[in-house]
Amino acid sequence: MNGKPEAGGAVRRKLIDMARVIRSKNSGPFTLTLDIIFSSADDYRALKESGQMSRGLIADAYGIDADRISDVIFFDPASAVKIVLPRMVASGGPGDRDVYGAQQHAPLLGLSFALPWNADDGTGPPARGGEPCPTS
Amino acid sequence: MKRCTILSPTAILGYGFPESSFNAGMAMQPDLIAVDAGSTDPGPYYLGSGKSFTDRSGVKRDLRLMLTAAIPRRIPVVIGSAGGCGALPHLQWTREIIEEIATEEGLRFSMAVIASDLPHELVLEKLAAGRVTPLDHEGQLNEATVRETPHIVGQIGVDPILRALDSGAEVVLAGRAYDPSVFAALPIRHGFDRGLALHLGKILECAAIAATPGSGSDSVIGILHEDRFELVPLSEERAFTRESTAAHSLYEKSDPYHLPGPGGTLDLTGCSFTEIEGGRVEVRGTRYLPSPRPTIKVEGARRVGYRTICVAGISDPIMIAGLDDTIAAVHQRAAMVLQREQIDGRVDIRVYGRDGVMGEWEPNRACPAHEVGVLIDAIAETQEAANSICSLTRSTLLHYGYPGRISTAGNLAFPFSPSDLPGGPVYEFSLYHLIDLDADEAAALFAAELVTVGPHAGGHS
Repeated sequence: MNGKPEAGGAVRRKLIDMARVIRSKNSGPFTLTLDIIFSSADDYRALKESGQMSRGLIADAYGIDADRISDVIFFDPASAVKIVLPRMVASGGPGDRDVYGAQQHAPLLGLSFALPWNADDGTGPPARGGEPCPTS
Repeated sequence: MKRCTILSPTAILGYGFPESSFNAGMAMQPDLIAVDAGSTDPGPYYLGSGKSFTDRSGVKRDLRLMLTAAIPRRIPVVIGSAGGCGALPHLQWTREIIEEIATEEGLRFSMAVIASDLPHELVLEKLAAGRVTPLDHEGQLNEATVRETPHIVGQIGVDPILRALDSGAEVVLAGRAYDPSVFAALPIRHGFDRGLALHLGKILECAAIAATPGSGSDSVIGILHEDRFELVPLSEERAFTRESTAAHSLYEKSDPYHLPGPGGTLDLTGCSFTEIEGGRVEVRGTRYLPSPRPTIKVEGARRVGYRTICVAGISDPIMIAGLDDTIAAVHQRAAMVLQREQIDGRVDIRVYGRDGVMGEWEPNRACPAHEVGVLIDAIAETQEAANSICSLTRSTLLHYGYPGRISTAGNLAFPFSPSDLPGGPVYEFSLYHLIDLDADEAAALFAAELVTVGPHAGGHS
């Protein structure tokens, strides 16, 4: 396992190291879906069981309220997590920025998780998305 | 029929496919060649304007290969969501291409044309009766919006295609259709399980996208049996795997376990995906749950104005540092002038290299790139008004004296002359709803017109 060891035997793992697909796409003109497909079923299970992949985490990464996230669905057959949220503007309408919704996934790339997670072991909460600005 | 072999040449008609893959598929003696031509992905413009988002010569090439292979061998061809959006102009556009090919190739066949447009009066009647429900959004539909929407298409399911095949059509050309139904209608007609047939169609409509490496422009075969289906790659470079096939159930879906469609929902909770030899995957256990009240999904787009854009670059770090205030001030000044001149419209200024792609969702907004791209997007009721708004916004931003400015000759690098580009009409999705239709209404609406196509064809047969 990569990542640096943390208290209680947990290891901080970057999502980008565990996933082979991280993507966004429209599901109809009003809905955006984010898909994370894991390379290993073990990593997927560990993260699923850790409970860290939550509405709150995604909302934090995108800077929106957790109740904006319609759904976080674990899809075991593909070792995948799907996140569903309404688009800010309907696809292709005035003010839209991404007609296909294909470039709305970047905030997920910065996520990392303490695995295996143990709520009592004192490790911190999952890191939020986005890289800090390089110091100028 | 113990098994049904279905050839899917490409994910979207017009995207192309290698002839070697297609020929390998033909060698497996398919019972059906089917293709989905549509998507709402490219946005509302194409449905509203009646234009295709696919290239005519690409569509003609794909159709020529399909028809010249299928017609002499009496293999049915089913095409859904003609012309990309499936409204009457799209249907007519595709029909003309097919007629040209038939004439050029000396092919003669019967074709069922299924229009999927809904009359405005019917939609209004259902609206008044409370039988129209918004899908995935809160938008309240009203009479004006319905009337401003030139084409309202209903996503047809399996039944209209099945009836068209019953009528003896060798080619079925359908308007807007639920993607899997073009693949599933024929096997369902032969008594295969509806759930498995639709699930197979769900995968085949994307052609080789569900294989690995995925491709939207390569052919694949699906073989339906009584209790399972197999996915067969047709090019040596790719294979179906358990993961690639299961993962495809996620693609463009809100819930990978339950896929709603006309008449019912596919339930994938009991599905198994098993790799078998030859890069194939076998799928079992899909269930079809009929809806107690079948509904039709309708789509429509209306024109909301005209667009003019201007693209420019900024590399001055002092300007980039204060860009939010500058843009706010430019908006304010432009609004004052426009109000005085009574020009109505909206203008957005997007900053690429900062938050151009994600807007308020962008977590790294605070650290823009060393140079940024600015997009001025003006929308107004007429092209002239949009031109005026874009021009005024551009000139105000170009010369705005922001605090700390030392570059006093101009704030923007324009890549082009002219700097402002009229973008033509702008549409928005105005209908994305479920309509409660009675079974007899749906049957009457989506009845096929049977025509004879080819040299010396007389039209209706």
